[in-house]
Amino acid sequence: MLEDGRRVIAKLSARTSYDFDKAAALLYEECLRLAGLRADDVSYIIATGFGRYRLPVRDANVTDITANSRGAKFLFPGTSSLLDVGAGNARAAKIDGQGKVLKFRATEKCAAGGGGFLEKIAFYTGVEISELGQVALRSTQPVSLSTVCSVLAESEVINFVTQEVPMENILMGACNSVVGRVLITLRQVGVEPEVTLTGGLTLNPAVPRILEARLGFKANVSPDLFFAGAIGAAVLGYRRRMKIGKVEGRGG
Amino acid sequence: MSQAIQMTGVNLVAATNGVYRTLLASAGVSQDDVACLVGTGYGRFNIKFGHLMITEISCHAKGAHHLFPGTRTVLDMGGQDTKAIRTNERGEVSDFCMNDKCAAGTGRFIEGSARVLGLSLKEVGETSLRSTRPVQVSSTCAVFAESETLELLAWGHPLKDILYGVHSSIATRAIGLLQRVGIEPELTFTGGVSLNSGMVRCLEEQLGVKLNTDAMTMFCGAIGAALFGLERMASETTEPKVSAR
Repeated sequence: MLEDGRRVIAKLSARTSYDFDKAAALLYEECLRLAGLRADDVSYIIATGFGRYRLPVRDANVTDITANSRGAKFLFPGTSSLLDVGAGNARAAKIDGQGKVLKFRATEKCAAGGGGFLEKIAFYTGVEISELGQVALRSTQPVSLSTVCSVLAESEVINFVTQEVPMENILMGACNSVVGRVLITLRQVGVEPEVTLTGGLTLNPAVPRILEARLGFKANVSPDLFFAGAIGAAVLGYRRRMKIGKVEGRGG
Repeated sequence: MSQAIQMTGVNLVAATNGVYRTLLASAGVSQDDVACLVGTGYGRFNIKFGHLMITEISCHAKGAHHLFPGTRTVLDMGGQDTKAIRTNERGEVSDFCMNDKCAAGTGRFIEGSARVLGLSLKEVGETSLRSTRPVQVSSTCAVFAESETLELLAWGHPLKDILYGVHSSIATRAIGLLQRVGIEPELTFTGGVSLNSGMVRCLEEQLGVKLNTDAMTMFCGAIGAALFGLERMASETTEPKVSAR
């Protein structure tokens, strides 16, 4: 939730199930409460992401790549390349000075370059996904995973566990594997500093560390970037609302 | 005499010990009564007891041939891989092919759908049989099974039609593997997914032939392994017991 196109006044996230509408409605109610506002105070709503067409309260919708690019630019104005890694897939975009997407690529057929891969690894090893990155960073000798497939990696990981390979080395190996896949997607659009990382994987501390080592320069990383898609959508919403004209309330 | 099955989980040594104890108890015999113990499957290298190791491919071929002697082609579908195996009239492997890079076209996709729907593996197969207007499922990656199933539900497609689509897309990929080794009747369907009635139907519809399958085809790997043990013992006629490795 953005005020005057500049200030973030409330932000929340929730895990969605098949009922996108319900999850979104709950978040909206809760955001209003946090910001101390009523629905009438909100002048424009943009939906983005996987379930963007299923949000009845929206005024408009934008794709997640557009939203994340604008959000990355809002938080890090020097951004030229965007890497957005969520549970399902990884998306890379090259963006211009205004945050417009010039070129983009996404993984879509396979979960290897997504956070879902790490979720599976967390599940196999019994490590919490929220702690996986921290544990991985303790690694001194990361393993090398030979399989790209998240499902086939299961046998490999179980074999490492059986051979009593330290957990941090297995987890770092898994993070290395994801970053390796993600970088292929990023290189397809061209890497140009500054690189900003958005999506759920920004919350994993091992991922930016590996990414920076492989790129040879610092990437923009911040917990706020988890919300880059929502922020970008709000920035675009503000702009559209200004174009329509200053009419009080919604629907004007 | 007896059979047992257990989810492996991460600790496969514990799982193997557990399933072995269950087997002995249900057969009413002690460890000393077992003359030869054969390991098979992915975890076989990590098991510290037993006398012989045989690949699951050879075991499934032999097991399928034992249950259905007319078997010339075997489709073994499990939780993370699908194997197409050609066998000769003695149940020996003549050719085989599997998904080696990726788990698309395996039972894992069904597991993912079942999990998000809160259904058992038995129920997903049976539910799919009631489909009247199948939905096309586009994902290939087994990891996307959950999100695609949720998305189709969100768009209002009935559960039975989504599940039919899930089974149908896996059957198509499995048939691709079978075609690489060549399909010669009889075709025997083995592995955990062979218990899934929805998968049997989709495969039969797309192939246009009946499959051999029954309650025991899930155990084909173990049956084949036991038969290899028997052969080994017969060949060592001077020693009644096979020496421990």
